[in-house]
Amino acid sequence: MTEFLTAALGFILAILAVGLVRILRGPGDADRMMAAQLIGTSGIAALLLLGTVSGVPAAVDVAMTLALLAAFTSIAFVKKGTARFETDAPGSTEAE
Amino acid sequence: MTLAPMTFASMTFALALEIVLAAVVLTGAVWAIAARGTLPAVAGFVAYGLLLSLVWVRLGAPDVALTEAAIGSGLTGALLVGAAARLRLSEVPMAVERPGVILRVLAAVLSVTVAAALAASVLLLPDPAPTLAPAAAENAAATSLGNPVTNVLMAFRAMDTLLEKIVLLLALIGVWSLAPDRFWGGRPGPRHHADPYGVLAFVARVLPPVGIIVGIYILWTSADNPGGAFQGGTILAAMWLLVMMAGLADAPPVSERRLRLLLLVGPVVFLIVGLGGLAFGDAFLAYPMAYAKALILVIEFAMILTIAVTLGLLIAGPPERELGS
Amino acid sequence: MSFVLDIVTITAVSAGAFFFLAGTVGLLRFPDTLTRLHALTKADNLGLGLMVLGLLPHAGSLRDGIKLICVWLIVLLAGATVSQLIGYVARREGSRP
Repeated sequence: MTEFLTAALGFILAILAVGLVRILRGPGDADRMMAAQLIGTSGIAALLLLGTVSGVPAAVDVAMTLALLAAFTSIAFVKKGTARFETDAPGSTEAE
Repeated sequence: MTLAPMTFASMTFALALEIVLAAVVLTGAVWAIAARGTLPAVAGFVAYGLLLSLVWVRLGAPDVALTEAAIGSGLTGALLVGAAARLRLSEVPMAVERPGVILRVLAAVLSVTVAAALAASVLLLPDPAPTLAPAAAENAAATSLGNPVTNVLMAFRAMDTLLEKIVLLLALIGVWSLAPDRFWGGRPGPRHHADPYGVLAFVARVLPPVGIIVGIYILWTSADNPGGAFQGGTILAAMWLLVMMAGLADAPPVSERRLRLLLLVGPVVFLIVGLGGLAFGDAFLAYPMAYAKALILVIEFAMILTIAVTLGLLIAGPPERELGS
Repeated sequence: MSFVLDIVTITAVSAGAFFFLAGTVGLLRFPDTLTRLHALTKADNLGLGLMVLGLLPHAGSLRDGIKLICVWLIVLLAGATVSQLIGYVARREGSRP
């Protein structure tokens, strides 16, 4: 079981590395953000697997913290310090 | 979960895992340095922080992993993005002054030398390495706390923790002092606006309650499990910043009395308990053994408020709007 | 009983890993930003969800199990939001010359 989970963990880490390369290359901001999202989610999966493989139950707490902070950091990236975040969704009450 | 006894297969698997992990960490580091443009570089830095927290978990240090994930990766990433936004105007003239190739190569050589020296000094340590860990473990009964890291932070080296909190306040005053005179005491950052029915406002209403529960849980569990006031406070600060970024609440003016009381409550409670130890006990910050756990929890609850507010204000930056605007 | 749980773990984690792979391949190979986004969200929801399901039998206690599910729910919420924001950024980019 441990070996299987370790193999799965290595697989997830490889996917994470691919996401890294994508951020470096990916043309445009949207692709970079998507790669960042992939890295975040695979990082959390890797943390959960690593916690079980290494016998560190607190890894779940680290994953919870990471999930919350990843949401916060992604939004900080999107806002990029700008004050006004326009959305033109239908039914939006904000005039552009 | 208990691990099965180590067989040869599992040892090889473990070794392969650690090699893969190290390789990905190095990739992340190289990538963060090689990226062109500030935002991809900051994204690489945040990813690198995530990988580091994986390494810390692998090394059996979940408290450090929590801190790395929360502050080293998440909050610092937001800080860097804010700094990059402020520097946007000067990015073009700065690009002209970029140091030449020779200087950059020299800097790289120097960095590699320092890293090699550190690696050598760690690998050449005598085996077993000199450490105070057994002494700390022996005296764990002094506070009846289960988490040895909390023991060290709040009991054996409580003085350091107290001074760190004061250093945080000094840093905040330093950040505030960057404001032009006319903005002194005003609100930090611009007034954020977002569609109140949009996605950003939605997540800023749903996520913070969850975040607050998780943050307080991380503090509460630090008595016997990995956690701490610092990590919990960071989560609270991130939730507060999220609410501000979505425009659901405005940043308070830095001269507001309630804000300043919150900034002070942590170090002041810490000091009072410390002086109480001096008056009624053996020394400054000595806890009577019967009340040690309760006192430590009181200090930590006061500290988490201060840490949350301080970190939030540090990220928000110096005041940019006049008082009364 | 433990054998059944092991089978559940292996199946679920493998399926989760497959969805992660699918999401990554989609991110790399799909032609359009929005289709890439679609592929990515599969990794978030299904990949992580199946992995959490697979790791639940190995959780130390009920509390650990609840924490695992909470992690998945938080990632779902955050992922849904960020996907909307990515869509917004993609549209904003597409309209620029």
